[in-house]
Amino acid sequence: MKTDRLTIAGRSYSSRLIVGTGKYPNFEIMRRAIEASGAAIVTVAVRRIDLSRRGGESLLDHIDTKQVTLLPNTAGCYTADEAVRTARLAREAGLSELIKLEVIGDEKTLFPDNEGLLQATRVLVKEGFTVLPYTNDDLVVAKRLRDAGAAAVMPLAAPIGSGLGIQNAVNLGLILEEIQGIPVIVDAGVGTASDAAIVLEMGADGVLMNTGIAGAGDPIRMARAMRLAVEAGRLAAEAGRIPRKLHATASSPITGLLR
Amino acid sequence: MTIVLNGEPHEAPQGATVQALLETIGLAPGRVAVEVNGRIASREDFARALLRENDRVEVVHFVGGG
Repeated sequence: MKTDRLTIAGRSYSSRLIVGTGKYPNFEIMRRAIEASGAAIVTVAVRRIDLSRRGGESLLDHIDTKQVTLLPNTAGCYTADEAVRTARLAREAGLSELIKLEVIGDEKTLFPDNEGLLQATRVLVKEGFTVLPYTNDDLVVAKRLRDAGAAAVMPLAAPIGSGLGIQNAVNLGLILEEIQGIPVIVDAGVGTASDAAIVLEMGADGVLMNTGIAGAGDPIRMARAMRLAVEAGRLAAEAGRIPRKLHATASSPITGLLR
Repeated sequence: MTIVLNGEPHEAPQGATVQALLETIGLAPGRVAVEVNGRIASREDFARALLRENDRVEVVHFVGGG
């Protein structure tokens, strides 16, 4: 176990924290938050260029792509075809095979469409993409994604942007226990630093978040808090926690007391 | 000739290439991806990819997202 490095498809990254670039009050705060988070991978979305607003600032003016790796997503895609199309455009724009695959099945919860997700994973793997699918906390789906050639599985802790933290620790625990050989990166639902720490303590290889940082009162401070939480959680997982017991065990010697 | 650019009608000169289109709309080719009639136009081909009447062209880039 290595504390500070996350390996995806044979490439090693200097942080277990992956951060998004959406919803920040402005680009400057985003830039500083990414820096404070220590993230080595940042997610981006693919959208049509707005032709009515030419010459404006571009996201990539504010991301040092020498320091961080871009992970484009297929957010907003509701079918496998849309997601595959978006992934191909992302590859062309970013000149990289990495794709965070989202195929959404429900508008209100943004829960993934398992069938579409598997279908798109198979197509993209065949085309040489490094596919990181955002998935439910469902072990069977996670296994199928792994078998389909996904480079990692990224189960949710809670709905995207909800900030609820881990809602089904048993399901997540089962995925962490059963999925070996590829990283498990918890994606979505982290609300605050303790949520991130717990994810890593449970044994996740990494965590991906956007709103938890971008939506915080002070995103730059929260980014630093998340960085520390991810490091602390990972260290605790490696250290091995003490067993939970129902009754007290004295920490001080019980002999030599004054009588 | 008229093409459909990001879902909207757009006037482009006859014989315009993808490269020329990007230049007219003021975009650097390095940070965008282009699709013509559902097929990716690769960056190396921008300068020789000719556009035709009614072509459906999509020009996308990266924006903030999670």
